Amino acid sequence: MTMRQNLIAVLSEGEIAEIDAELAHVPIPAGAAIDALKIVQAHRGWISDESLKAIAQHLGMSAAELDGIATFYTLIFRRPVGEKVILLCNSVTCWMKGCDSLQQNISDQLGIGMGETTADNAYTLLPMTCLGACDKAPVLMIGDDLHEDVDPQSVAQLFQPGAEEQ
Amino acid sequence: MPVIQIDGQEYEVEAGQNVLQAALSLGLDLPYFCWHPAMGSIGACRQCAVVQYLNADDDRGRIVMGCMTPVADGAIFSLEGDKARGFRESIVEALMLNHPHDCPVCAEGGECHLQDMTVMVGHRDRHYRGKKNTHRNQYLGPLINHEMNRCITCYRCTRFYRDYAGGTDLAAMAAHDHIYFGRHEEGVLQSEFAGNLVEVCPTGVFTDKTLVKEYTRKWDLQSAPSVCTGCAVGCNTMPGERYGKLKRVHNRFNAEVNGYFLCDRGRFGAGFVNSDKNLEFPGLRLTDGRFDALDHHAALMRMTTACHSGKVAGIGSPRASVESNYLLRLLVGAKNFAPGFSDAEQPLVELAFSLQQNSPALTPDIQTIESADAVLVLGEDLTNTAPRIALALRQSVRNKAYEMAAELRLQSWQDAAIRNLAQTMRSPLFIATTANTRLDDITEDRVSLSPDNIASLGFAIASLIAGEPVDEIDQALLRRAEVIATALRGAQRPLVLSGTSCGSAVVMQAAAQISQALCKADNRSMLSLVVPEANSLGQAMLTGATAPTLSALSKRAAAKEFDTLIVVENDLYRRGPKEIVDALLANIPNVIVIDSMDNPTLSASSLALPAASFAESEGTLVSMEGRAQRHFPVFVPAHERRSSWVWLLACMKELEIEEVSNLHHFDDVTRACASQIVALSGITGAAPDHHFRNVGVKVPRQTHRYSGRTAMHANISVHEPKQPTDEESPLAFSMEGLNRSQPGSLLPYVWAPGWNSNQSLNKFQSEVGAPLKGGTAGARLLLPTAGSVNRGMHKSNFTSAKLQSGQWIMVPRYRIFGSEELSAKAPAIAELVDSGFVEINNVCAQSLGVIEGDGVELQRADPQVQSDMLKAPVATLQVRINDTLAEGCVGYSAGLSGTEDIIVGEPLALQKAQGWQRPSPQIIGTDGGSNV
Ligand code: SF4
Ligand code: SF4
Ligand code: FES
Ligand code: FES
Repeated sequence: MTMRQNLIAVLSEGEIAEIDAELAHVPIPAGAAIDALKIVQAHRGWISDESLKAIAQHLGMSAAELDGIATFYTLIFRRPVGEKVILLCNSVTCWMKGCDSLQQNISDQLGIGMGETTADNAYTLLPMTCLGACDKAPVLMIGDDLHEDVDPQSVAQLFQPGAEEQ
Repeated sequence: MPVIQIDGQEYEVEAGQNVLQAALSLGLDLPYFCWHPAMGSIGACRQCAVVQYLNADDDRGRIVMGCMTPVADGAIFSLEGDKARGFRESIVEALMLNHPHDCPVCAEGGECHLQDMTVMVGHRDRHYRGKKNTHRNQYLGPLINHEMNRCITCYRCTRFYRDYAGGTDLAAMAAHDHIYFGRHEEGVLQSEFAGNLVEVCPTGVFTDKTLVKEYTRKWDLQSAPSVCTGCAVGCNTMPGERYGKLKRVHNRFNAEVNGYFLCDRGRFGAGFVNSDKNLEFPGLRLTDGRFDALDHHAALMRMTTACHSGKVAGIGSPRASVESNYLLRLLVGAKNFAPGFSDAEQPLVELAFSLQQNSPALTPDIQTIESADAVLVLGEDLTNTAPRIALALRQSVRNKAYEMAAELRLQSWQDAAIRNLAQTMRSPLFIATTANTRLDDITEDRVSLSPDNIASLGFAIASLIAGEPVDEIDQALLRRAEVIATALRGAQRPLVLSGTSCGSAVVMQAAAQISQALCKADNRSMLSLVVPEANSLGQAMLTGATAPTLSALSKRAAAKEFDTLIVVENDLYRRGPKEIVDALLANIPNVIVIDSMDNPTLSASSLALPAASFAESEGTLVSMEGRAQRHFPVFVPAHERRSSWVWLLACMKELEIEEVSNLHHFDDVTRACASQIVALSGITGAAPDHHFRNVGVKVPRQTHRYSGRTAMHANISVHEPKQPTDEESPLAFSMEGLNRSQPGSLLPYVWAPGWNSNQSLNKFQSEVGAPLKGGTAGARLLLPTAGSVNRGMHKSNFTSAKLQSGQWIMVPRYRIFGSEELSAKAPAIAELVDSGFVEINNVCAQSLGVIEGDGVELQRADPQVQSDMLKAPVATLQVRINDTLAEGCVGYSAGLSGTEDIIVGEPLALQKAQGWQRPSPQIIGTDGGSNV
């Protein structure tokens, strides 16, 4: 069990258990790579180099192979993000409905540009290509919540203290 | 054969090909990037687009990818139509959106497939006005340069590195316009075949760092067909020279041997040719021990005088050519000629030769090894002893995948589809070695055993296949033997691979017996035995089994039998314990050493003669499969350096030795050797002789646009010197001549109009990926002997040595970088060579009370001197823990410094070294410490 003990320093028992549960469903361990990344990200917010190496070791892959997968997906974060990630759609429909000014608005309000995190670590702003809610464009997500038909007024309220509870 | 229509013309094409292959094979120019003849198609780059028409009435057609479209009888294509051309042009433009257009400072420039394809599609004007992406490049080690901005995302690099060569530390990162090909973090690329990226990548992302340091464009290189001297595989190479320096080594295609790929020892290990330890003049040792330079005539006179008495011994070399060894043996007489192996190695190489010579099994070339559908390796760590064969085994295990594909009627070039289909299904590969190997990831079973137990396993497998009773062996071993025997028995093309490297004759005998049992059981079986050096097998063929060993010569020297010893291209201190070599050299008054670079033997000589290296001389080498191959001088040796055969022949002429009176040219020596030595009678077929002309003219070593011949010497004289003439070979030190369709053994470089990169090879092949138009290089000297199938089986009548407690069997652990003498001296390789070490398993470590990084002393337990407390250890080496080492075995880094006196297979006592200085960690910075 020494290998497992080595891992615990980086991955928690809980993470390992969740990954092992996914492993039970795939014929080849590498097949659970994305799930494993999502699990660890759910626990830690992002995938550090140490996490990546530990997951790779657990799945019997090389760090390079797993990093190839991790960096392919925009929603696997290889750098720290704030407590909430704002995914602002900038695909065609939302662009037509003014996502650019929305972004300006958010940036002014939070003091961050695309790809940046607020100083209090509350928010990271990222672009997203189509959230699948084009009929309610422009849209954005804050954490797990989708916000539809956003306009400059409503966006101002989204980041007020206590906004989440609404 | 299907007939297809291309642009209104009908062509007969090979069934099963794709349109790209067919078009290229027909000599048509269809641009491509991602397809590779050895790696198949994935349709990633979209560069090979053609228009396909449904039928004669279809006048619109549709764009398809040539590399993904199988040929079919009656199919109609257009390569030249506007739609196809326009599409291909726009693809290059798109692929180059982020390309920095930095050809003038790019090492690929002038031999760049991207340049060639850009010109071919006619793309000229850029329309993109946006900003370009810029990537951060990585340090990838001393061999390979990284310049990611030049990438066109064809995926060839990762497909070669990962899929083909099994490397795990290079991957495609991210996606779309910020895709990145590199490592997870900076560091030395771990694959032993990484150097092939230089040739596989169609752009300047991965380039040869050793070339980049002192750069020369391809068109300014003078090149010649050559053979790698890194190991016994005998890969074909094309080294290039400028300003008297070897600049780089490229792969020379040989369909049966190396195909498209070399290992990194071969590609980067030839740098020793430029060593500043090279001898330039003969040296005569004075009484004060220093050497005085002589001119070659004076040296020759000294040599001749020393040989007059007739009491001359000769030591040849498995790294020297057949011709040099033959002449030396002729000069000193067969009974005074030692082939230059160590005592332990000599009988093993001779056995490897006789086993293959008498085997009913086929001695396979590498292409045939790739066709094996079940493989057993006994005792060889191939990645480190015969690297190119390890790469071939990675292909052989894919035969299962091709079988599965055939069932689904997938074409064999559908690379991505077949890999997806097979996943981890492989043809069986079994390895029994003394410790882990770099092929373990693709084996069905790898087991660590002592050499004797490897042999027992082998004999058991042979008995099982032959249906004979099995000797008493361990139950677990027997079960393994049963699995392996069943797999080999069930295969169509089973291969047994073994060799000299674990120092055990019985291991090779066991391998031979398995293949013989398979032959008897009607399987088409193959037997391949690895020998250590580029011409080891040639030496065994030259001398047969009766040649004196080093210690036999040494004994006779002690009896004052010799006045003179001539050593050709051999550092004896790598061949035997120091005392024996010291005694040998001390007991002979005249020691003449002919070698290219300084080494301890040369320093101990009384007369040193500078030998031309492989890159400056002609010679025949016999590879492990018994293929005689010729290397030609790439450039003329400087100063007084001469090929060893030239020194020897001149001396023999001075001595008026009858047999050489008619020998004038290199070819005469080859012919004389072929007529005298039965086993070598085929060597004249290695390459055409110096009379050969290619359509009336010689084959040029320089490209047609070789530049600056006058400028090169302008600091001395503005008159261009006359080019040297080459009287010895069909090649010329000139731009004049014809480099087209000549025999494969005479291919100095590849180039064709419009094809400046190495992809111009297509134009030299009979069809893409197939043998060269002029024929495959090399002459096979070992042919299967049909008659001996019915020979009786030998029992495994060997008794394994009983180990005393506190003793371990010394088993060599080879390193691709470091174990071979000359390549280890190439500057780039030297950066990767570790200092000597022993590998021990946990049990051994515990019993010695040592941990990783400690030192151990290795002691010979000689009963007579056991009481002598002052006896010096055989070696004191650093400990590495490797728990895969077989029970009772200790690995030592063969060929690395500090291990010279260890004899393979001998039992040694180990003890913790007192006062051992643990190597301190490399400190980067200046905060004190011993390494700063
Ligand atoms: S690095 Fe070279 S081989 Fe790899 S994808 Fe880019 S251009 Fe192709
Ligand atoms: S496998 Fe051997 S012959 Fe081939 S390139 Fe490597 S060292 Fe040279
Ligand atoms: S374009 Fe924004 S949700 Fe689809
Ligand atoms: S060569 Fe056909 S798509 Fe790349």
